[in-house]
Amino acid sequence: MLNNKDLLGLYHTSAEEICEILDRAAEMKALLLAGRKAEKLLSGTALITLFYENSTRTRTSFELAGKYLGASEVNVSASSSSVQKGETLIDTGKTLDAMKIDFIAIRHPLAGAPKLLAENVHASVINAGDGMNEHPTQALLDMFSMREKFGRISGLKVAILGDIKHSRVAKSNLFGLKKLGAEVYMYAPETLMPKEIEKLGAHVCRSMEEAIEGAHCVMGLRIQLERQKGGLFPSLSEYSRFYGVKDGMLALADKDAIIMHPGPVNRGIELTPSLIDGDNSVICEQVTNGLSVRMAILTLLKEYREKNL
Amino acid sequence: MKYIIKNGSVVFPGGVKKCDVLVEDGKIAEVGENISCDCEVLDAEGLHVFPGLIDMHVHLREPGFEGKEDIESGSKAAVAGGFTQICCMPNTNPVNDNAVVTTYIKYRSEQVNLCKVHPIGSITKGEKGEELAEIGKMASAGAVAISDDGRSVMDSKIMRLAMEYANGFNIKCLCHCEDENLVDGGVVNEGLNSTITGLKGSIRAAEDIMIAREICLSESLGIPVHICHVSTYSGVELIRSAKARGVKVTAESCPHYFWLTDDIITGFDTYTKVNPPIREERDRQAIIEGLKDGTLDCIVTDHAPHSKKDKQVEYSLAAFGISGIETSFSLSYTKLVKEGDMSLPELAEKMSAAPARILNLEGGEIKAGAPADITIADLAAKYVIDGEKFISKGKNTPFNGTEVYGKIAYTIVGGDVKYSAV
Repeated sequence: MLNNKDLLGLYHTSAEEICEILDRAAEMKALLLAGRKAEKLLSGTALITLFYENSTRTRTSFELAGKYLGASEVNVSASSSSVQKGETLIDTGKTLDAMKIDFIAIRHPLAGAPKLLAENVHASVINAGDGMNEHPTQALLDMFSMREKFGRISGLKVAILGDIKHSRVAKSNLFGLKKLGAEVYMYAPETLMPKEIEKLGAHVCRSMEEAIEGAHCVMGLRIQLERQKGGLFPSLSEYSRFYGVKDGMLALADKDAIIMHPGPVNRGIELTPSLIDGDNSVICEQVTNGLSVRMAILTLLKEYREKNL
Repeated sequence: MKYIIKNGSVVFPGGVKKCDVLVEDGKIAEVGENISCDCEVLDAEGLHVFPGLIDMHVHLREPGFEGKEDIESGSKAAVAGGFTQICCMPNTNPVNDNAVVTTYIKYRSEQVNLCKVHPIGSITKGEKGEELAEIGKMASAGAVAISDDGRSVMDSKIMRLAMEYANGFNIKCLCHCEDENLVDGGVVNEGLNSTITGLKGSIRAAEDIMIAREICLSESLGIPVHICHVSTYSGVELIRSAKARGVKVTAESCPHYFWLTDDIITGFDTYTKVNPPIREERDRQAIIEGLKDGTLDCIVTDHAPHSKKDKQVEYSLAAFGISGIETSFSLSYTKLVKEGDMSLPELAEKMSAAPARILNLEGGEIKAGAPADITIADLAAKYVIDGEKFISKGKNTPFNGTEVYGKIAYTIVGGDVKYSAV
């Protein structure tokens, strides 16, 4: 049983809750692999995806997670300009709430927006990514993928490489992985490394080799081109040369190491095409696992609501 | 009108002494033990009598933002907070960058007739940092200082010219210190908590670089300068070393900087959003140390009232500022005197005498011949802060639920009781 109405981030989620989500996700994946996409676990509930940023995979994943389990599902698109003017987030939330919905999956460019929404609606809010804060469902699917491959999280060495500073994925992974006993190694240009992240348990590396050596999981992060315009690194070619993972580097990692990326990937920048498409890559598997994790979260939140609300 | 404040413990620069204070025609006529007078008595038994508190850094929002505060509501809040004189920053709409707005503020505050309101003019037209505002005309109309508060004058040449020009009118620049390029949209202190929350951080250096620049200009020109709301340990150190070599720099800080650390931002409570941001424990301790050793001359509130709609939004979109004028005395007394080792005369220095000296205002001491600006407080009284009970329109305080000591009992301005708790 989860302890909260909402899933806002892994910073405030316990190890027990994370394990429960991962266990449930395994059940959901079994359903998916059996081709069962017309279940009734969420029948009688309604899910809204409220996205203030563009997204293909996360949004589609939430939509299908609801639909495969029998929830009614509606998408609300809010252009980013409506963040700056017009209706406030609280008013939008109250309006949606009045339509008697059960779940809102929100993506928003500003940190803390899902929490603000959650405090003002009766529905359960799931954070689908908020600014530089958290992206808990992505981290959960990453952890699910690791556990599926290695049978455990505890004791794994996870290397996270690239734009850590702007990556809510990296942060949620750090919070979750530390709670389950993994070690997290990070490498990035210093301009893209958040301050004092070592105090949260990350090993901040001085070289790519240090990060990858013996790693069970090598995770690349998407680099946004606008970061270069902001002066955070000089050029994409330089970024790729010093902070992209090259084919030969995998030899340093654990022999069973998996390659991960939250997508969408810039081929040849964060990872080479042969790594993306190679035997060690679980990037496509991550997508299936994402669906499983989101199905799991929705069913667990439904159970929480039935018991507590 | 003549009356006597009897049996109070009067806070003098040299110590606290049980004394009577005779008030006549708006002035303090006599101070002494057992003054006999056949006149009305204000019984201050068990209370402390301070020189009228002065807050040299507030935002009254009028003209232009009356939904947040106006001169009347801000003045009512000020006297409830024990303040007899306040200085209001020019970031109104229109900006107080000309004598017409300065005159309007003076006129409105005289109509309201509660505390003394001293306008601060802007340094540059529209606070844009480009051309000097009509500083002479504003000074003639009653502006006591100039400031582009809310932002730094980024062009060092303009800042230099402003200091020189204002010096000709015997008024000072009050400098909001933040390098805008370094702040780069930051909304909280850059450090562990900005990393945890994903809120964009603002590095200490953004503030320190501008503090250092103002010190350099002041030192090169030999013209006094005042640094607003210091929040960093490193900024305190810059000012300390400048003072040690004789630079004519003065500085202020606010209760939120010596009470709070940025641990409070992790709940995304927008009432914790203020500019410069609340920083870390070493900064908090350095602010207290700076106040004690005289590096920081005075305590101000940077009273920045906002309406609910300005704060009930995403953290990054929320307005910066804390409504502080009704809690400043209690917070300062509780943290610095009751829990700390500052004396009551030192507190009176920080909250009355020093701002009077910095801005050449009357007041700051209980003595015969001075204006009868007097704040009387019950230091034993404790209460729990509740922003919803503020008189100010701005209910935005991060101190809700904080227990403090020191309630204002009476605020007397020019001999008239403008606020009474009973």
